[in-house]
Amino acid sequence: MKRTVPLAITFIVGTVLVLADFIPHKPFGNLGDDFSLYFDIIAVFAFLLGGGNLIRVHLTKINRKRPDWQFSIVTLVGFVVMLAAGIFKISNPEGIQGDVAAIGSLFNDLYMYIFTPLQASMFALLAFFVGSASYRAFRAKNIEATILLIAAFIILLGRTPFGLWLTEGLTGDLAFLQIPNLANWVMDVPNLAGQRAIMIGIALGVISMSLRVILGVERTYLGQDSD
Amino acid sequence: MANNEVQNQSLIEKLQLIDRRIIFVFIACAVVIPLLVGATMEEETTPIVQAFFDYVENLPEDSRVLLSFDYGPTTAPEIQPMADAIVRHCAERKCKLYMMAVWATGHNLTGETIVNVLNPEFPDYKYGEEYVNLGYKAGNQGLIRLLLVDFKRMYSTDAAGTAIDSIPMMENINNLKNFDLIVSFGGGFPGIKEWVLYAGDPGNVPVGGGCTAVSAPLLYPYYPNQLIGLLGGAKGAAEYENALITAYPQYENKRMAGMSLMVSQTVSHMVIIFFIIFGNVLYFLHRSKQKANGIEGGQS
Amino acid sequence: MSKTKMTAWVVFAFVIIAFAVSVALKGALVTVGAFLTLFIFSFLYKDNPYYKFAEHLFVGVSAAYWMCMGFWGTMVPNLFGKLYPPMVGGVLPALKDNPAEPFMIIPLILGILLLMRLAPNAGWISRWALAFIVGTTAGLNLVRYLRSDFIQQINNTTFSLYISSAAGFDFGQTMSNIVIFIGVLCGLIYFFFSKEHKGAFGAGARVGIIVLMVTFGASFGYTVMARISLLVGRMQFLFGDWLGMIK
Repeated sequence: MKRTVPLAITFIVGTVLVLADFIPHKPFGNLGDDFSLYFDIIAVFAFLLGGGNLIRVHLTKINRKRPDWQFSIVTLVGFVVMLAAGIFKISNPEGIQGDVAAIGSLFNDLYMYIFTPLQASMFALLAFFVGSASYRAFRAKNIEATILLIAAFIILLGRTPFGLWLTEGLTGDLAFLQIPNLANWVMDVPNLAGQRAIMIGIALGVISMSLRVILGVERTYLGQDSD
Repeated sequence: MANNEVQNQSLIEKLQLIDRRIIFVFIACAVVIPLLVGATMEEETTPIVQAFFDYVENLPEDSRVLLSFDYGPTTAPEIQPMADAIVRHCAERKCKLYMMAVWATGHNLTGETIVNVLNPEFPDYKYGEEYVNLGYKAGNQGLIRLLLVDFKRMYSTDAAGTAIDSIPMMENINNLKNFDLIVSFGGGFPGIKEWVLYAGDPGNVPVGGGCTAVSAPLLYPYYPNQLIGLLGGAKGAAEYENALITAYPQYENKRMAGMSLMVSQTVSHMVIIFFIIFGNVLYFLHRSKQKANGIEGGQS
Repeated sequence: MSKTKMTAWVVFAFVIIAFAVSVALKGALVTVGAFLTLFIFSFLYKDNPYYKFAEHLFVGVSAAYWMCMGFWGTMVPNLFGKLYPPMVGGVLPALKDNPAEPFMIIPLILGILLLMRLAPNAGWISRWALAFIVGTTAGLNLVRYLRSDFIQQINNTTFSLYISSAAGFDFGQTMSNIVIFIGVLCGLIYFFFSKEHKGAFGAGARVGIIVLMVTFGASFGYTVMARISLLVGRMQFLFGDWLGMIK
């Protein structure tokens, strides 16, 4: 039951969806659409699972007074306030029937002035770390690294007017050596070739993994037997 | 001589191990100072962006354009300018705009585009007749696959709860094949790749869009057979804005978000390039000193 | 009181005063956004309680945001609104007269099974719902990746290696096409690890590495561009919306 039923479900669902692509008529076509719809809805339950898990983890942390347990209170308060604002559509100018993210609602205000600054700032930190890593770690230690470095320079210079300013003297037959033109060529030709090779390789990997999952050969998603 | 070498070597090592917070200050200055100066910069349009622009420019009036806002606050500085520019362009072409989101955060950003661009600049655009906000649905690639077959099975109302069948412009929309163009503003997964894989290729619907600069190189293999054009990052947004101003001179004096980023971008690139070069110079100096010391040690 | 504690209290007092002044001058909402941004940026100096506060707040708010959007965007109209439409009449009156779809009980059951993951002894039953998710993803991906990322990519690479037009032989485009063809082929050779990279095969793999290095260099350049853009966006908020120094 613990492993056989899930394996059967995976096999049936996966097979139906593959067949639905080749036989888009009843019953496979319809079943394929139904399964896609069910998948979309179960995805929302995954969000609920995430929220529930968050509550469990942080309540445990507070109960057991683990290090930095005080900050778990902040997490839970933020969670409850945002959840209440969204579920009950507090201060929503369109009322309970309106769009949850209506401009002027508490939910939208929390999104604009708490969620957005926090999430955007987290990722904005990366700019500083990229600069630091460029200085400390990016070394032309061998030919491959040097080629990588040169390509990066061409792109970094070519995507700014400074690159054009440096090489605007190259005209006529040598115009293709202007850095912006070189940058375009690097993106359109060698980058395309490399990315395509990677894409084909990844596609083969995804296809083989999908087959393994559908046929029950790959079972790691089921976890341990003790679960 | 030996003491100077020791002093120079330790200077090189000191510079190599410099506190990273000093580097952070340089990066911050490179970004902030150009913003305070207030300069903007025109960007010459690259072929991949021009291809997308030309496609939209050649759309006939009343073309149905599906715009999927698949990004969030993390990538909004790059993608919001291109979303605004493309919506402006489509409205200039008098296309019908169907807005949706496969990312939850995209729904809020759809509202920003409507409030900041569509409503003030195109007051004759009526909701339900020229544009509609369908809102967010969960499901990632499963959602796109279902929309390709039966659009209204997932979207039974718009974002505000109005029945989909009562919205005039939804009348002949049964699936994604009824659209003339799908534009995805992709901040990650799901994004442009998923629209190409699950809508564009199986449904033979033209797909184009904009994405973060991180994703852009990965999508080049799809152009031009599977993707009509691609805006990559803030530069792509600035290029599209430039193309828009060239074609529609009334936007010449309008402050465009993408172009306003480019000066800071340029200066920051210079700083990063300087750091890479300086770091490598120090590295090679340190290495040659070590080799020289090694030879001297062997001889003594 | 130790020097560290005194510094901490001084900083705290400064933050409170600055917050109060900013609220008075700029309004509460923008001030909250600006201070949360600065709390995150304070990590650049070192890890500190202000950063931890912002980080923990983000985790809670983010989880609730996605729950609310999923609930109102999908669960209410597409699950409850289809399973028993009169149930949603109060919040979505447009749907209350729609016919019921009893089969929507299936995703409801699967969803509840997924939530059983939270139960200590019944967590194993969530595997059934997980199996559905994994099976759907595998089924969708198999055909689509085969068609769009494999067959179509090979199709995109089979083109003429000799380009001429009315103006004559196009050297540039011909060279580009040759480079793309050889680049894709050699890149794939590099990723083929079942055969040792020796001889002609090894030479092909070597060319593949060079092409891949150019690819990664281009990706690095674009990544730098992306990260800088994100920082510019935040700085525009701080110096523009908050401090009003950008016109």
